[in-house]
Amino acid sequence: MTLTFINVVAAVIIAIAFVAANAAYLVWAERKGAGFIQRRPGPLENGPWGLLQPPVDGIKLMTKQLLIPGGVDKIIFVIAPVLAMFPTIVSFVTIPFSETIVAHNMNIGLLMIFVFGSMSAMALLMGGWSSRNKYSMISSVRAVSQAVAYEIPMLITTITVVLIAGSLDLMEIVGKQTGGFWHWNVWPLKAGLFNILMPVSFLIFFVCSLAETNRAPFDLGEAESELVAGFHTEYSSMGFGLFFMGEYANIVIGACLTTILFLGGWDCPFGLFPGVWWFIIKIYALICTFIWIRWTFPRTTIYSLLNLSWKVLIPISLFNLLLTAGLLKVF
Amino acid sequence: MNEPIVLQPDETFVLNVGPQHPATHGVLRVKMTMDGEYIYDAETVIGYIHRMHEKMAENRPYTQYLPNLSRLDYLSAMAYCHGYVLAVEKAAGIEVPERAEYIRAITVEMNRISSHLVWFGAFVLDLGGFSPLMYAFDDREQILDLLEAVTGSRLTYCYFRFGGVYNDIDDDFIEGTRRFIKRMREALKMYRKLVTTNVILMKRLQGIGPISVDMCQRYGATGPVARGSGINYDVRRNEPYSVYPEFNFDIPVYSECDSYARYNVRMEEMEQSLRIIEQGLDKLPGGPVNPEKKPKTIKLPPGDYYSAVEAGRGSFGIRIVSDGDKSPYRLKLRSPTFSNMHLFDEACRGMLIADALAFMGSLDLVIPEMDR
Repeated sequence: MTLTFINVVAAVIIAIAFVAANAAYLVWAERKGAGFIQRRPGPLENGPWGLLQPPVDGIKLMTKQLLIPGGVDKIIFVIAPVLAMFPTIVSFVTIPFSETIVAHNMNIGLLMIFVFGSMSAMALLMGGWSSRNKYSMISSVRAVSQAVAYEIPMLITTITVVLIAGSLDLMEIVGKQTGGFWHWNVWPLKAGLFNILMPVSFLIFFVCSLAETNRAPFDLGEAESELVAGFHTEYSSMGFGLFFMGEYANIVIGACLTTILFLGGWDCPFGLFPGVWWFIIKIYALICTFIWIRWTFPRTTIYSLLNLSWKVLIPISLFNLLLTAGLLKVF
Repeated sequence: MNEPIVLQPDETFVLNVGPQHPATHGVLRVKMTMDGEYIYDAETVIGYIHRMHEKMAENRPYTQYLPNLSRLDYLSAMAYCHGYVLAVEKAAGIEVPERAEYIRAITVEMNRISSHLVWFGAFVLDLGGFSPLMYAFDDREQILDLLEAVTGSRLTYCYFRFGGVYNDIDDDFIEGTRRFIKRMREALKMYRKLVTTNVILMKRLQGIGPISVDMCQRYGATGPVARGSGINYDVRRNEPYSVYPEFNFDIPVYSECDSYARYNVRMEEMEQSLRIIEQGLDKLPGGPVNPEKKPKTIKLPPGDYYSAVEAGRGSFGIRIVSDGDKSPYRLKLRSPTFSNMHLFDEACRGMLIADALAFMGSLDLVIPEMDR
């Protein structure tokens, strides 16, 4: 009993540390990446290659006044940023980094991640709604319709993978993909199952995780040229900081899930030295793609975004689900 | 303080965009009556940066008014100075050496490119793409460096004088400009690949923000806004001034009437400006850049004078009414943005807010020029 309790506390602390460190240094990586893409140096002044920029930013944010504007709904206004950060931290508890490195494995791990993942949309809604700012209100309405539209194809593609693996346990899903490059779920050549739509499924999942995390080109919730800063317009200090960190933590979750579901987790593409490093390499490669996409594409509009989801992604993912189920029955 | 956001009786609410809003690029304010995300009605409110430039002209000599002109449209300041010196020269009968006219045309066209580059960057930024802004500013920096070397300033040029220019251009400038033309042609190719043919950008611009020919004529829209609506009018060709008849260049005209047409017009104008600069450098005659003798104090004979030039944003007209004194009796500036902006109220009705702000970007508004 006590041991389990200590286990859980240690797991949560490690998860928080991992998330915070990742969120802070992803901001740095993003700024460096943006600098590289835009032919400029990026952060440079603090420490070598600007590596001390994130802690300095953090100190700046923490020492600023947390301003609560008159007329806002105080309780919800204060809870919202916490709710943006908390579910992502909890989600990390069940993510396996390798066969041994997992805080607390659960047989319904995937379900838990999705349950907590959908809570971050609540945070945006609460933050935007309670701010009593018209821009924030429009933004939170957008954020919710976006979250609803993109969680459906995401869940359907996930169910496809679950069908193949036959389990909601993340360890087991990865375990079914061991054996090298061609055994990953992203390829249609999986033993006994020749589903040519799997790469498409991977793309759908990737696009959905972009949209879920409110990243460009789907960053309609905080479209700064339209809605000033969207749902966090009225937030200052760490209130803003938590929203910001929550976004980056969500990116890490999205990359982890994509890796686990489609890219074989910690499995090595050539069957050499399987281990945690392959997992790390894969998630950071995905995160780099996120950054690359953000600094290349202009933003879509809310209507083309919803059209894309309801008219393209959902039908294709549904079709793929049916196809996979049929193929599993036949073979 | 605690009441919620209340809708008006017809279920609309008023969204106050600006004067401090990232998309208005300056101090323009738009009162939008919104029905959800759709704009029901809009009203632009201007005057936040009014500095009485027209009145200032009335109490200072003609020469001292020269620096004011570059404070109107800070992005294509050269063209505005050009319009003013042309009007005064025409009225006072001052002869301009040919070399000076060529230098004027070259620098004005360079300034036009730098102005369009800022627009390009800011426009794509409005659409949510950040990187093209940096590329555009990188290219613009080359122009600013070249112009700084001859004019002495980087943004608010006061380079033209009555009868000539302040400073002759040297070989460094000519060489640097030729290098720049080469670089800019490569950059334009890159912009086409990266931005112009981008699916998201095309989807956001095509068919958005239609301005009919009729609407252009009613509001007096000129420049790329009118040319994007199929009106084949460019002051440089329709009412030729300076040495523009000597050059061989095309006026890009698109008749799609949407934001994408206006975008394409400006992108092609940059290419045409490069052609003009290249021809200008090839044909550049020798000789002085200022007339042999020029009156010390400029006094225009009594009368009413008008001259128009093609500035970065459209036809810039300047009307001087003189009573024979050292300073004008009345000076009227006809700024293109002022006319172009007033389209917005009517054209944005029924648009989504995201589309409306993209549409506003495609009008290329420079607020100080509108308020003067």
